[in-house]
This record gives sequence, C-alpha cells and structure tokens, in this order.
Amino acid sequence: MFAEQRNGEIRGVVYELLARGRGLADALQTELSAVCLGHEVGDVNNLIAHGADKIYLVDSPELANNQEDLLTQQLVELIQQHRPEIVLAGATALGRAFVPRVAAALPTGLSADCISLDIDAEKRLLLQTKPTFGGNIMAVITCPEARPQMATVRPHVFSRRESDGSRKGEIITVDFKRERITSRTKLIDFVEEIAETVRIEEADVIVAGGRGLEKAENFEMLNELASVMGAAVGATRAVVDEGWVAYSHQIGQTGKTVYPGLYIAVGISGALQHTVGMQTSECIVAINDDPNAPIFEVATYGIVGDLFQVVPLLIEKLKKR
Amino acid sequence: MNVVVCLKQVPGTTQVKIDPETNTLIREGIENIINPFDTYAIEEGVRLRERFGGKVTVISMGPPQTEAALKEAVSLGVDEGILLSDPAFAGADTWATSRTLSMALRKLEPYDLVICGRQTLDGDTGQVGPQLAEMLCLPFVAYVSQIEEIADGEMRARRMVEDGYEIMGSPLPAVITVVKEINTPRLPSLRGIARSKSASIAVWGVKELNIDPGKVGMAGSFTRVIRIFSPQQDRRGEIFQGDLESQVDCLVGRLKDDGLV
Ligand SMILES: Cc1cc2nc3c(=O)[nH]c(=O)nc-3n(C[C@H](O)[C@H](O)[C@H](O)COP(=O)(O)OP(=O)(O)OC[C@H]3O[C@@H](n4cnc5c(N)ncnc54)[C@H](O)[C@@H]3O)c2cc1C
Ligand SMILES: Nc1ncnc2c1ncn2[C@@H]1O[C@H](COP(=O)(O)O)[C@@H](O)[C@H]1O
Repeated sequence: MFAEQRNGEIRGVVYELLARGRGLADALQTELSAVCLGHEVGDVNNLIAHGADKIYLVDSPELANNQEDLLTQQLVELIQQHRPEIVLAGATALGRAFVPRVAAALPTGLSADCISLDIDAEKRLLLQTKPTFGGNIMAVITCPEARPQMATVRPHVFSRRESDGSRKGEIITVDFKRERITSRTKLIDFVEEIAETVRIEEADVIVAGGRGLEKAENFEMLNELASVMGAAVGATRAVVDEGWVAYSHQIGQTGKTVYPGLYIAVGISGALQHTVGMQTSECIVAINDDPNAPIFEVATYGIVGDLFQVVPLLIEKLKKR
Repeated sequence: MNVVVCLKQVPGTTQVKIDPETNTLIREGIENIINPFDTYAIEEGVRLRERFGGKVTVISMGPPQTEAALKEAVSLGVDEGILLSDPAFAGADTWATSRTLSMALRKLEPYDLVICGRQTLDGDTGQVGPQLAEMLCLPFVAYVSQIEEIADGEMRARRMVEDGYEIMGSPLPAVITVVKEINTPRLPSLRGIARSKSASIAVWGVKELNIDPGKVGMAGSFTRVIRIFSPQQDRRGEIFQGDLESQVDCLVGRLKDDGLV
C-alpha cells in the first residue's frame, strides 16, 4: 500500500488502509508492505505499529512535495521489482490523480474510490466494491488476470487498528535515482487557502448550511455550532452562488463528495445534486421546517422546526454536555 | 493552438435503478447529457482558440447515439467532432477506454493540449485523463482551475489541491483535467446551432484506428464488474416528536449513544 504523506506527515487514510490491508494480507497469508515516498517523514515506525510488516522508504528532498511524475515512476519501479499481488492507495486528490498512471504504465486494472474490499481466498481475488452513479448503485469489481490488483480506497470507510508498539517490522531504505526519475511538470508555487480550521474532505463531522439560513451573516451561527463540535462547515450550491461562503465548502455533484461520520444539514432541501455528495455519510441529521423536504429521506435523524430556534438550542446543549 | 477535448455522454440522472430480473441498469426513458464536468472542458477549449487561434476537436467513445453530444459540442463552438464507435469498443473499462482514446489522439497529432473533465457522473472514476496522459507519454496536470499563461510551448496553470492551490508549470503538449471553477460554460449560439445541424461527425472504429480488437472494449479490459446492486437504505429515518427542546434533547442523546459527540 501507498503511505501518502503531506508536508512530512503520514495522512490519516494510510492508517485506515493499514487496518484493512492487514486483514487482507492475513486472509492471503502474506505480508503487508507500505511504500513511503517523501522527505524526512516523521513517524514511519508508527506504520509498523499499525500493521505493516515492511516499509519501503524512499527519502529525497525532490519527493517532499509529491510531484506526480516522480511518484508514478518510483512506484512503478518498486511494483515491478517486488511484484505485490495487491496495491492499495487512498482515494485522496493525490491518489486519484497519480495512481491511475501507475496502473496504466504497468499495465493492470484499477478501481477507483472503493468503499469495501474483500478476498476470494480460493482464487486469491480482491473483490472491490465501489459506488457509481453518485452512490446510487454499487459495483463489485475484480481484476481476474493482470497483477497487481489495484484499488484506491475512500477515506473514512475503514477504522484504524489500535497501535501495537511491540509489533516487529523492517524498514528498507531505497535510493532515489534522480538521474533516472525526473519530473516534466514543476511546482512553481503553493498558495494555502484554508478558510476553516478543519478541511471538509477529512472532517469526521460536517455542519452544512443551505438557503434556509437566509443570509450570509447567519452562517456565523453555523460556524459556532461547528466549533462546538470540532466540525468543518459545508454548504449547498445555492448559498455558494449567493456568495455567502466560498466554493471550497460546496458539497454535491459539482462540489465535493464527503462521507463523514456525522453530517448535520441545516436549512437544506436535499436536492439530488446535493445529496449525491453526502448521502454515504454514516449518520445524517436534518434540520428543516418543511416536513416534506427530501433531505428527510436520507436522514438518520430529523428535526422538523425553525433552524433559528433549533441551532441555538443545540449549541447550548452541546456546550453543557 | 490545437486543442482536443474528450467528452463522454452519460445518463442525465444518477437516480438509476437495477432491473431485478436481469441485474442490469434500466436505461430506458433516461435522457443522455454531456457529462457535466466535460462542459467545462469544452468551454475552456473554445476559449483557448479564441485567445490563440487554431482549432478545437472533440472526441468521444460511445455508442452511435453519442453523435448527439458531439453535435451539441459543435453548437457550443467546437470546430469538429469525432465519434469513436465500434461494437468492439463495448464494455471497456478505464484502461481500454484510455487506450482507444489514445489511438485516436495519435491520429490527431499534432496538438498542444488535451482537456478532460475531472470525472464522469456514471463511472465516477476520474481515471481516464491520467491514464490517457500516461499512454501518450505526455505530462499531466489534474484539477486545473485556471490556465494562467501559455507561451513558448509552456503552460502555467493553477490547480486545486485539498488545502489551497498550486501553480504548476508544464511543457506542451500536455493532458489536463478541469474542475468547475475554471469557467462558466456559454449557451449554444444561433450560429453554433446552425453549424451543428449541418456538421458531419466522422466515425472511427477498429479499422480507422488500426487497433488490435483484443486491446479494446471488454476484451481489452483488465477489470470485470461481477455484480451490481442498490445499496441498502438502512437509515432509521427517525423524526423526533414533541416540543423543540425535547427534540433537541433526543437528538443529543442519540448522538451520544452512537458515539458521535
Ligand atoms: C447541474 C447542476 C449541478 C448542481 N450541483 C449542486 C451541488 O454540487 N451542490 C448542491 O448543493 N447543489 C447543486 N445544485 C443545485 C441543487 O439542485 C439545489 O438547487 C440546491 O442544492 C438547493 O440548495 P438549498 O438546499 O440550500 O436551497 P433550497 O432548495 O432553497 O432549500 C432551502 C431549505 O431550507 C428550508 N428552510 C427555510 N427556512 C428555514 C428555517 N427557518 N428553518 C428550517 N429550515 C428552513 C426550506 O424548507 C428548504 O427545504 C446543482 C444543480 C444543477 C442543475
Ligand atoms: N468514452 C469516453 N470518451 C471520451 N472521453 C471520455 C470517455 N470516458 C471518459 N472520458 C474523459 O475522461 C474524463 C474522466 O472520466 P472517468 O475516468 O470515466 O471518470 C471525462 O470527464 C472525459 O473527459
């Protein structure tokens, strides 16, 4: 599995992949290896404590900012040398941009954005379940002949294992061959743009607002709820188009797809174009004064009522908790 | 500046159902549209031609009715549409799709830029753009939200990443995928509609692409879909009753029980 790092830190989805990868490796009675490409990445030992048997570590300043040409060539080379049966990576922005190139170069099959992985032990096949049509249909995909079998895996669908400091593993350092591995594209600049403390793609809790909030100032109330819950703030297209919040918060067909543990929809009608982006959240709470709003069809819990009363009450109760 | 845009025709809704008898998607009565992300790719192609001159070609692999999507692209300002259609192309996964598109692109050389959408509505993979780049041995930039500059065979583009944006430099020709922020697609012009009516869309198959039939469609695909199903809607769908205060209490209680707060 690919152990994605950003700014020298291993990303959360990697620990989830380790947990599932450990289960798959045990089912196949084989080893679980992680490939880490970066520079001065902290906590590589932690990967072993979370389930890896081997770490292939390629450390070079050139790899620090995840240039996809370099990652592609390096990963292809390692896969060709070590011939794993299965290769997994997080379905992050980076994973979904460069792992398809690895699969094309090898070449082998790849399924995107899987939400469940199982093993047919007899045939040693990976059964890859992925959503299509915005999550309305699930497809189970296999790669019967070509190897490795490759999948990118959606963040948040697997839980981490507990860290076990007594697990033994091996760290294998691999030289980065800069004479051979080069990048055609180059990163000229990076501009950070976090309008919020928690990014919606990685948040465990999202509080999202719709046109029911009536005006930009009322988003303050949502921000307060979000900060009480340690949540990120999401929005519908309607309010993004109104200019109440930035597009980076938009969830739905033309925005981001999210699947947090908890999604609180405030003053959102639940149009299909919105729900395709959030309906696979584990728990959905809808607050809307229209009992016929379609959002209640995807909600786990619903409150039919005026959000201007409900949200302040909710904030108060959560603060007391 | 020659630009090639890749578009796919997709069902205009994600509310598709499975026929319980045959276990296949029910496609009857569903209208097809241009994949929404690809409309931004078309618009960007047309804008680049308006800025730099040259030509925009749009290609699509699909069944014969895909011609309608290509004609629609002509009404939106594209110069030419090419349909990659052959019974042998059916059942392609992203690898076989990219491979077929890459053969068509080789026939269309020289070009400066290939533009794909970020992902499709039906397949949801987003794999075709990067795989196409790899097969054509071209540099690739994903999630482009602005093409800042094109000069001396180099492109400078802004692309979205999770916590901000990156300015990337790339030599041309290159392959990019675009996101919604890149532009606002125009509506078809009257002239465009007139042109699209008379436009003839070339159809290329296995023969025209000089491609091994074993490397396209289902035969050329590495992956197999072994089952499709509708996800269980296991929502408890509990609407709380009583006055607002007790409803909110109930909610907080449930969230605590579920370990969510
Ligand atoms: C091609 C296309 C792509 C699209 N992509 C997206 C997308 O990516 N994301 C997206 O979100 N939308 C998208 N849309 C738009 C989508 O169809 C809806 O228009 C949008 O999601 C509606 O946003 P909303 O729920 O905030 O507003 P509305 O539909 O206006 O709903 C507001 C809700 O608030 C409730 N309300 C009002 N006052 C109160 C109150 N005081 N207390 C409680 N409840 C109240 C109302 O009952 C209503 O249900 C897209 C549309 C198209 C055509
Ligand atoms: N059959 C096809 N014909 C032409 N372009 C395609 C086809 N399938 C995918 N694409 C392009 O690749 C992008 C990503 O598609 P996908 O990998 O299927 O999500 C789309 O937005 C299109 O630009």
